[in-house]
Amino acid sequence: MELSAEEWQAIRLSLEVAGRSVLVGLVPAVLVALLLSRSRFPGRFLLDALVHLPLVVPPVVVGWALLMLFGLRGPIGAPLHDWFGIRLVFTTEGAALATAVMSFPLIVRAVRLGLDQVDPGLEAAARTLGAGPLDRFLTVTLPLMAPGILAGAVTAFAAGLGEFGAVITFASNIPGETQTLPLAIYTATQSPGGEAVAARLAGLSLALAVALLLLAEWVARRMHLLLGRA
Amino acid sequence: MLEVSVRHRYGRDGFALDAGFTVAEAGVTALFGPSGCGKSTLLSIVAGLLRPDAGRVVLGGTVLVDTARRVFLPPEARRCGVVFQDARLFPHLSVASNLRYGLTRAPRDATGPGMAEVVALLGLEALLARRPAGLSGGERQRVALGRALLARPCLLLMDEPLAALDAGRRAEVLPFLARLRDAARLPILYVTHALEEVDALADRLVLLRDGRVLAEGAVEDLATRTDLPLAARRDAGVLLPCTVAATDPGGLTRLDFPGGTLLATARPEPPGTRLRLRIRARDVALAVAEPRGLSTRNILPAVIQDLAPGSAPQEVFVRLAVGPSTLLARLTEDSVARLALRPGIPVWALLKAVTFDHLGGVR
Repeated sequence: MELSAEEWQAIRLSLEVAGRSVLVGLVPAVLVALLLSRSRFPGRFLLDALVHLPLVVPPVVVGWALLMLFGLRGPIGAPLHDWFGIRLVFTTEGAALATAVMSFPLIVRAVRLGLDQVDPGLEAAARTLGAGPLDRFLTVTLPLMAPGILAGAVTAFAAGLGEFGAVITFASNIPGETQTLPLAIYTATQSPGGEAVAARLAGLSLALAVALLLLAEWVARRMHLLLGRA
Repeated sequence: MLEVSVRHRYGRDGFALDAGFTVAEAGVTALFGPSGCGKSTLLSIVAGLLRPDAGRVVLGGTVLVDTARRVFLPPEARRCGVVFQDARLFPHLSVASNLRYGLTRAPRDATGPGMAEVVALLGLEALLARRPAGLSGGERQRVALGRALLARPCLLLMDEPLAALDAGRRAEVLPFLARLRDAARLPILYVTHALEEVDALADRLVLLRDGRVLAEGAVEDLATRTDLPLAARRDAGVLLPCTVAATDPGGLTRLDFPGGTLLATARPEPPGTRLRLRIRARDVALAVAEPRGLSTRNILPAVIQDLAPGSAPQEVFVRLAVGPSTLLARLTEDSVARLALRPGIPVWALLKAVTFDHLGGVR
């Protein structure tokens, strides 16, 4: 199967956007998961709802909201552009941001599942051995919740490869810049004689997703084995 | 020394704890009582894992808790080593890393046994490179003991460390507990509901029931009291400190105690070993004339000190003086009347050698 340069570009771009979205979203997602699982504060319910919004709101609406916030005249986008020269709309970075927002709830949920697997008794044991809050988080909680973090990262990466609505709304459909795999497939279906390209890219997309799911499963098993869980 | 005096209540009309006791400078103090009496709650309060509603906890002059002055030291600042019932080893770390976890976090000026010493004491050489998941329950508990000791604590807290193990594993870990007690020159608070562990390890006893302290004192002293719930147990009886004198070729071991000598079935310990023997009151029979032609080898001359009502109807506890030692015998009211037993009269106490199965090593 021969792939054209444009098709390779779409695959490379998809991997890059998904990868960068995970890099951007992972640390905040872990922090939010800790906040939601371990502390009680006013507005916790609101934060929980906000985090989960991208799961239930149409992706196009998320893209539109990002356009409003991060557009060149938006409340965040304007200072970013005027002070730091950073432009997110219609760029690869913007596509990564839109993808990160869409996959954020997936990571948060996986991390919370991982956190629930951590026996609070082990953290209590660490305290009696003289470990302060940050120390025991880094040496006990974090390693033990690592399978959840990794599962979240892989799932978010796999989902990020296929993000469509938010990306096309916020970052548009620019070949080589923001045209990821799903956008390329969409473009192919819209152009006369593009059926073969669309079919090839769709098959590739499917293969990538399945490979990633298998990888996630394998990594999770290895980690649980390492942690002595059946 | 540890001084505890706390009140705590779970929920609005839940279980209420109101207890005060002290733990000696060194040696093992056992918190003993049935499940639900509040002994583990007390241990959590001392460790800092639970904040009591009111009260004070002072360890060697350092105030750990004082609700009146709003003092509450977090567990990581208390230097109380804890051995949990479920070991709680870190599953992602090797045994060696588990052992070092507390050691690397101990204050620089803290003194205590080193890694090599603890590894030898608890027989952990072969386990160091392994992960907790691959260890047996007994091995896990031994590593947990070492980890707590290596944190160089001022006090060791043990929360039923043998309760999750089966009888075989318990027998495997108990000698290590005794060795640790002898090697560690620090106070140990030991929570248990098993009398065997009290007999084998404890110097002092704090009896708990329904969140209150019924009595506290030396284990031997409390064992002779007939007014405590201890006396209602089937294995109620005194604890006699003995020294192994010699083992005859015939297979009997002579055990000396203050006031006499006992013959027991052969013991593996070398002469000079100090043991603590539980003489159950129901295993002691009395005679008013010196008996002859009996299979029973232990016939000790004794004087009746007093009679106390037994824990069951129609039963009597007879307290006997054998030299400076005290024995308890559990008889029926009928026997007491038949033999006209009363304080001051001389009797012979009959003890079958095969009934001494409740043995514990003491220092």
